[in-house]
Amino acid sequence: MFLDFLFYVFATILLVSASFALFAINPVINVLSLILAMFYSAGIFVLLRAEYLAFTLIIIYVGAVAVLFLFVVMMLNIKKRSVKEVIQQFKTPLFLFGLLLMVEIVLLLLKAKNIIYHDELSHLAFESFDGVTNAHAIGQVLYTQYFLCFQLVGLILFVAMIGAIVLVYEKRTKVRKQNIKKQLLRTKKNSLQIVKFAPIVKNPEVE
Amino acid sequence: METITLNHCLVLNGILFTLGLLGVLLNRRHLLMVLIAVEVMLLSVNLNLVSFSYFLKDYAGQVFTVFILTVAAAEAAIGLAILTLYYKNHGTINVSSATTLKG
Repeated sequence: MFLDFLFYVFATILLVSASFALFAINPVINVLSLILAMFYSAGIFVLLRAEYLAFTLIIIYVGAVAVLFLFVVMMLNIKKRSVKEVIQQFKTPLFLFGLLLMVEIVLLLLKAKNIIYHDELSHLAFESFDGVTNAHAIGQVLYTQYFLCFQLVGLILFVAMIGAIVLVYEKRTKVRKQNIKKQLLRTKKNSLQIVKFAPIVKNPEVE
Repeated sequence: METITLNHCLVLNGILFTLGLLGVLLNRRHLLMVLIAVEVMLLSVNLNLVSFSYFLKDYAGQVFTVFILTVAAAEAAIGLAILTLYYKNHGTINVSSATTLKG
């Protein structure tokens, strides 16, 4: 019973903070409420017995992605929108369309019979991982059955990293840098010049 | 959880998803808000998969959520890189000033 109460509390705060994340005026408040929403969805993950994903969500999403958003908000000079502008947004037919969609989904799901289709043949059923923790079970599946997908995801992250670096990289031309190749190719022959000239002999008798 | 059924979770995720959709539709001039709204939508999809995984007693949903998390992280990184580049070139993140390709 207590867990049910907890679910409702988490769900309410999640929805409120998500709507703040989308419709607040100040961009900093948007990103901070996104972080709050992620924390509460991690709470719902824990209630749904997905502990590994809950902590992954906090570490990756809150620790990396949301902080990246915060960095961007702080680096760019983004102006606050005026309240008038935000109110103007809600006066479009698109808002009504979205609201209609939301009401439709809620009504449909509330009326629907609670069908739980349980595939007896599934290799990944909870029973086949009895007595192991959540992270252990996911690891067992991820590194065996889904190994190719796992490698592909690594490739996706690699490509994304290269893409992000290439997009924002700018070559600085005014900075003096070492040219290592040029430096290593220097030899005595092409850098040292021996000049012979006649010695200047001071004549002591002139003085 | 005793009284919470799959439908409760699905209603929550449906509302969250449509909130994200509304965010994309209403803030479509503001590039950063669009990215945040996409994050919220991906979060609701993850919640949906995890709740199915819990109620069907099957780990497939959770494994798939791991993949979605990584792809979402990649998407956010690329999106924000494009955003900073856009800001550098245009001095604003208002999408309506992106009219270079307009004839």
